[in-house]
Amino acid sequence: MTAVLEIRNLHVSIDGKPILKGVNLTVRQGEIHALMGRNGSGKSTLAYALMGHPAYTVDEGQILFDGQDVLEMEADERSRAGLFLAFQYPVAVPGVTLANFLRAAINARRKQANPEDKGISIQEFRRLLLSKMQMLKIDPSFAGRYLNDGFSGGEKKRAEILQLATLEPKIAILDETDSGLDIDALRVVAEGVNKLIGPNLGVLVITHYEQFLNYIKPQFVHVMFDGRIVEEGGFELAEKIQEQGYDWVAEKYATT
Amino acid sequence: MTLRTRNKLIAPKLTRELVEQLSAARNEPDWLLNARLTAWELYDTLPMPSMQSEAWRRTDYTTIRWEQASRLINGTAAGIEAIPAENLAPLIGDAQGGLIATVDGRVVHSQLNDALKAQGVIFCDFETAAREHEALFRKHLMTTAVQPSEDKFAAMHAALWTHGVFLYVPRGKAVELPLHSVFYNTTSGLTLGHVLVVLEEGAQVTYLHEYLSAEAPEHMAYIGMTELILGERANLRYVALQDWARNANDIRHERARVSAGAQLDWIIGTMGGRFVKQFAEIELDGEGAFGRMSGLFFADDHQFFDHDTQQNHNAPHTTSDLLFKGALKDEARTVWQGMIKVLPNAQKTDGFQANRNLVLSREARADSIPGLEIEANDVRCTHAATVGRLEDEPIFYLMSRGMTRQDAERLIVAGFFDPIMQRIPFEEVRARLTAHIEAKLERVAEPA
Repeated sequence: MTAVLEIRNLHVSIDGKPILKGVNLTVRQGEIHALMGRNGSGKSTLAYALMGHPAYTVDEGQILFDGQDVLEMEADERSRAGLFLAFQYPVAVPGVTLANFLRAAINARRKQANPEDKGISIQEFRRLLLSKMQMLKIDPSFAGRYLNDGFSGGEKKRAEILQLATLEPKIAILDETDSGLDIDALRVVAEGVNKLIGPNLGVLVITHYEQFLNYIKPQFVHVMFDGRIVEEGGFELAEKIQEQGYDWVAEKYATT
Repeated sequence: MTLRTRNKLIAPKLTRELVEQLSAARNEPDWLLNARLTAWELYDTLPMPSMQSEAWRRTDYTTIRWEQASRLINGTAAGIEAIPAENLAPLIGDAQGGLIATVDGRVVHSQLNDALKAQGVIFCDFETAAREHEALFRKHLMTTAVQPSEDKFAAMHAALWTHGVFLYVPRGKAVELPLHSVFYNTTSGLTLGHVLVVLEEGAQVTYLHEYLSAEAPEHMAYIGMTELILGERANLRYVALQDWARNANDIRHERARVSAGAQLDWIIGTMGGRFVKQFAEIELDGEGAFGRMSGLFFADDHQFFDHDTQQNHNAPHTTSDLLFKGALKDEARTVWQGMIKVLPNAQKTDGFQANRNLVLSREARADSIPGLEIEANDVRCTHAATVGRLEDEPIFYLMSRGMTRQDAERLIVAGFFDPIMQRIPFEEVRARLTAHIEAKLERVAEPA
């Protein structure tokens, strides 16, 4: 059965300030969507609200995933249900190695599926992690480093994709996974994402650059302006933005 | 006010007769009895430490119930079977170089590998040391590292010590298998234990010592000493872990003397007890001496821990490195006060100290007081002290990967301690400590 993430008329505020003003968006497993828009249009707010960050207040609307009411779920429940957010700014957790962290994350899922589960064996985990690292061309020594602690920008983004590959969610939101990367790092990360794309993964790529989309090739493109999705189309919409920028969007939808 | 304060500083009721009885019961040689009696005079003369002094003004020892805790314990019927098996288990695979265990101040087990014996290594209890290794033992016992005159508690210890471990490694000998000792108490009352380590020039050893006790209905006091004496180019790794029961009071003087080119790696773990005051000091006496002190503590419920450290640079080109990491929850209180002292001739020294505290409840409080006293002009000394709480962002990040809030917090706390944990060279001991930390995180405090 194909999982569906449905966002209906979503209104979100931070500290009482409205940011999202009625977002409608549906992402199915196997589909690749791009969400574009200028800085400040509300893209990252949507990402955090989808994952359940406590600083983001949902004032109105619904998020449904696989028919479940996501707004009733804590971040960990959303994750175990199959949602994934690749953070724009991954958080450092000093003293916790990438390997220990991933193992704990896998075990949290196994425990959800079966409360009696004793956790993944060290050998099985090592095999899994090594194969994923190999696929993403990540050096095995990476596993022993403290999570995001002292990682370069490119390393952080690759570590996010490694988590995506290991945790195998149904729907992944990539929040500006391309930002802060040079062209080589961008290619590596994009290739990694491409390897994961398939019928079992739906992706919502958030970006304000087009470069990344040339690699990922989304089927659906949405443009956000002032907390709403105002334009929708296929890949040609991304190309239009590549040529013309966002000024025409601003002119068309500015309310003042 | 003055009167009341003074009245509270009542010394434990101990007598000269007690000293004589203790010594006679053990058939001690005259020199030892005389040393004890000299210390007794000192104890009798010295005042209880003033609560206004820098060392004690945050640390209220008047909460110790001496009417329970000053009853001297000199052995009970309990034997080695009282000690949990995991604390006696070999440290590396099925091997350790030797094991000494005491219960209620009495030696219940003492073993040293024949190969080490043949090399001239001494690892024995104090009674044996006084009987069989008098010259060496006398030379080092409370003469160069800790003095009986430090304060009233040190004098009390020197007069009435009940048990001790003497480790001696001769010149140039590298002991590969780690040594292990355990001080265990089953009852309330007073014990006074001592760890004396002497490494001659170029000697090397790794040594784990554990302090433990069973729950007892009344207050216990442990008035201890640790002396670590490193000859030139000696290398000592000393891991000391304390996990007393909740009614234990622990006042300890500990000092290391580090000669030229010698290396000390000292790891301190504090988990148990109701009241802990631990003086831990490193004296870097010779050129090129290196001393590292790492501390790990976790206080919960109403526990009170005070770690009072000093890094004394007494010679040029010496290096000290101190890191204490502590977590607190419930209504626990901790103090870390640390001082780096550099003497005028100790040029080109490098001293570092840092204390990091993670406060997990509103009611817990950590005091962190770093200090520098530098009399040389060409040195590098830095310090850092932080008191922080669990932050929301890492918890959200971990939860977004499917971990429950509880698991996320557990992982973050484990990560906080990891840099110190990695310095403990025994996997089983690390696992034990980790389990202990997790149990403390989950433990619900008892009502006051």
